[in-house]
Amino acid sequence: MGETIVPRFRVGDSVTVRAAYPIGHVRTPFYVRGKRGVIERQCGAFANPEELAYGRPGLPPQPLYRVRFRQRDLWPDYAGRPDDVVEVEIYQHWLEAAERTR
Amino acid sequence: MSHDPDQHETEHGPHDSHPHDHAGAHPHEHRSPPRPDLPDTLTYYRAMEAAVRELLIEKGLFTADDVRRQVEFMDGRNAGRGAKMVARAWLDPAYKQRVLDDGSRAAQEIGLDVGMLKLVVVENTPAVHNVIVCTLCSCYPRMLLGLPPDWYKSRNYRSRVVRDPRAVLAEFGTVVPDDVQIRVHDSTADMRYLVLPRRPEGTEALSEAELEALVTRDSMIGVTLATRI
Repeated sequence: MGETIVPRFRVGDSVTVRAAYPIGHVRTPFYVRGKRGVIERQCGAFANPEELAYGRPGLPPQPLYRVRFRQRDLWPDYAGRPDDVVEVEIYQHWLEAAERTR
Repeated sequence: MSHDPDQHETEHGPHDSHPHDHAGAHPHEHRSPPRPDLPDTLTYYRAMEAAVRELLIEKGLFTADDVRRQVEFMDGRNAGRGAKMVARAWLDPAYKQRVLDDGSRAAQEIGLDVGMLKLVVVENTPAVHNVIVCTLCSCYPRMLLGLPPDWYKSRNYRSRVVRDPRAVLAEFGTVVPDDVQIRVHDSTADMRYLVLPRRPEGTEALSEAELEALVTRDSMIGVTLATRI
């Protein structure tokens, strides 16, 4: 009780979404798994929906972020502007720090 | 329960003992072809909802009228609530800043109860166009826009607007110029989104109520613009 998970990422950090495919209720869309993006904002912390969906408390709350992805990084053949983006809410346990240099 | 399923079947079930001879002459008049009721299937979840609801009513946790009233309330919400917020933001730059900083608090400030909703308002500008989707299901700012339109819940819209937003917007009649960036917002978790459309040109003389009338549901989802008339 009262336990908290420390936010690991800050606005502007590069992150990669885990390329994991667990069964059950998951709120990380397939199309961003394994993809790299940038933290757009911190949204606070929320009970983990992957636990809530099965009647468990989902605590301690998971930090939630909005992650900005370039369309070109999601869909290599994307035809629109190179800086068009998709922004998706993702819980911290789905995120890993991306390599700094590339 | 008060319904006796056996008796029900006898009264309204298939007329096994009453053969229809559709090939020959009709012994009685049909006013119209039979149409299925809506919704016409008792799916697993519909049956579960009915069972739980009836149990809770029997246990006295709430009444059938409470359920009806809540449905009426939910059906009664409409996009006028979001429009009120947008028109106020157009007129008051300080309020607009508060809307962008904390949408939920800004909604409450003008008397719109958003409950537990965490509202993120995204602003259209000459350089940026925003559009909202929930690819996983149908998350939608119901407290401010009412029930989502059917197309918003369709797999077609949900799968395509993240993949090819410019083509989908064009199908809605919204051609976003090449020098404007598109930001698609996928409501996958606890946030709900509202687009703050651009104020149309030539509306300087309009009153707040007249401005509200220009702010449509679709302009706040981001599939169209707010326009005069």
